[in-house]
Amino acid sequence: MWLADGATGPTWNVIADIQQLWSFPFMVNAFRAGTIIAVASAVMGWFMVLRRQTFAGHTLALVGFPGAAGATLIGVSATYGYFAFCVGAALVIAAIPRAGEGSYGHESAVTGTVQAFALACGFLFIALYKGFLNGVNALLFGTFLGITDTEVVVLLVVTVVVLVVLAVIGRPLLFVSIDPVVAEARGIPVRLVSTAFLILLGAAVAEASQITGTLLVFALLVMPAAAAQTLTARPVVSLALTVVIAVLVTWAGLSAAYYSVYPIGFFVSTLAFAVYLVAQLARGADRLRSGRARRVTAS
Amino acid sequence: MSAILHTGLIDGPFSHPFFVNALITGTAIALACGLVGYFLVLRAQVFTSDALSHVAFTGALAALAFGIDLRIGLFTLTIAIALLMGAVGRRGQADDVVIGSIFAWVLGLGVFFLTLYTTSRSTGNGAAGVNVLFGSIFGISTADAQLATIIAAAVCLLLVLIARPLLFATLDAAVAAARGVPVRFLGFAFLVLVAAASAEATQAVGALLLLGLLATPAGTAQRLTARPYLALSLSAVIAVIDVWIGLGLSYAVPVLPPSFAILAVSTAGFAIVLAIPAVRSRLPDRSRLTVS
Repeated sequence: MWLADGATGPTWNVIADIQQLWSFPFMVNAFRAGTIIAVASAVMGWFMVLRRQTFAGHTLALVGFPGAAGATLIGVSATYGYFAFCVGAALVIAAIPRAGEGSYGHESAVTGTVQAFALACGFLFIALYKGFLNGVNALLFGTFLGITDTEVVVLLVVTVVVLVVLAVIGRPLLFVSIDPVVAEARGIPVRLVSTAFLILLGAAVAEASQITGTLLVFALLVMPAAAAQTLTARPVVSLALTVVIAVLVTWAGLSAAYYSVYPIGFFVSTLAFAVYLVAQLARGADRLRSGRARRVTAS
Repeated sequence: MSAILHTGLIDGPFSHPFFVNALITGTAIALACGLVGYFLVLRAQVFTSDALSHVAFTGALAALAFGIDLRIGLFTLTIAIALLMGAVGRRGQADDVVIGSIFAWVLGLGVFFLTLYTTSRSTGNGAAGVNVLFGSIFGISTADAQLATIIAAAVCLLLVLIARPLLFATLDAAVAAARGVPVRFLGFAFLVLVAAASAEATQAVGALLLLGLLATPAGTAQRLTARPYLALSLSAVIAVIDVWIGLGLSYAVPVLPPSFAILAVSTAGFAIVLAIPAVRSRLPDRSRLTVS
């Protein structure tokens, strides 16, 4: 069950393997799109993990599913459906006024309801669009097939815009993320910065959904960032590390998915989780060692 | 439309065993989800149940791939992961990033089992994944309905038994611990109940949509009243009504999948309650929680 005629299993000759991978235009497009997506989602994911907005990111991703299913239903490229719905949902989440500390439970009930209802709408679109069963798995769990040149250009333009805007609001955003009260006192428009961040996050999530699928965006958004932030506390270093991890995981996932029947979402999420686990273990070992050293010097 | 509803609801549905089974199972599951969901929202653990719903998918698909009963995988994996989440977090509550990383990977594993199931088993059907994700309540057999009802009843009973100490531990963990309430144990016991309710709800509305039964009725009930026990029972009642209306709607309008209809009803209910804070402000002030 190979994907294309002439494709065989991987050999030990890595150069030849890569040449063979890239002899197919769809694989070249997949690598281009994958790299663009990995960079965008790594950078946005880094800020998301820093701001502990994982639940919001997850909700944005799930809202992308009815967007993509609806786009398929009316016959447009799923890319536009993802962007329209994810950015729209980001605006809605930003518009909900943030109440006091005690109402966290209510707020998460609202978020939970929004995402469950969004998924139900996606399911309705699928039920209306009959004979779409394999498409469902692709939307939910990712695919790297059939990415067109136009879609690569759209992804590139969106990523450049996202990164430029992020570069502009990067410093105040970092300030707001780390200490919102002091930032507000220093005259930084906290609400505006937070809203802008959510919109950028919506765009990044919409991008990531196209490689990993709606359900597995965390593989590119959360895990590389979580692993990098575990390893180092210095912002610039961990940001760079996040991008490197995300790109490598995406490339490895694409290659593995090419040679097997299993969907790319499985490979990307498993590889990213392995990196995260190794990072956690490394920190654990490091702590153990420094703890013992401290005890030795103390005694 | 009213004619369709009339003939559809009064004469038709109860003559079909599949509808009766769906109604019985749906009611039992809604009761369990409504009760568990109230504490879930109160304890701000909605994200945990979100993660457990994704784990439920993997559990079911793993069971299918290995050719054993779907429910064994469902319950085993959700309860195991629930305990794991309790163990990695402080006071039985795990960190969002840890939860997110674990469930994204477990879900990826679920996709692996889905492919394994659809490609390697001759009996495998491509709709299995979709059924687990979005539920197939109209496809429940009489034996399945009985088992689901018994499990749901057990979940309800256990929750009612620990409701009082759990409420205490939720509202003020420090004081509860000082008064000798086993806060940590209750946290774990509650997570196990959440896992069982999630596994149950997966059979009704599907792994992806079960938040609509767990969080939405509870959120609605909490908006309506601040009195804990009233809100707890209200949450269960709202969940049951949502399921009833949803099933009826889906029967009357066949193009609507039942799980969509149930979620649409519960979401509409929540939206109405959210939209009338003006009405609530005229009522006597009950904004303070009172444990009587």
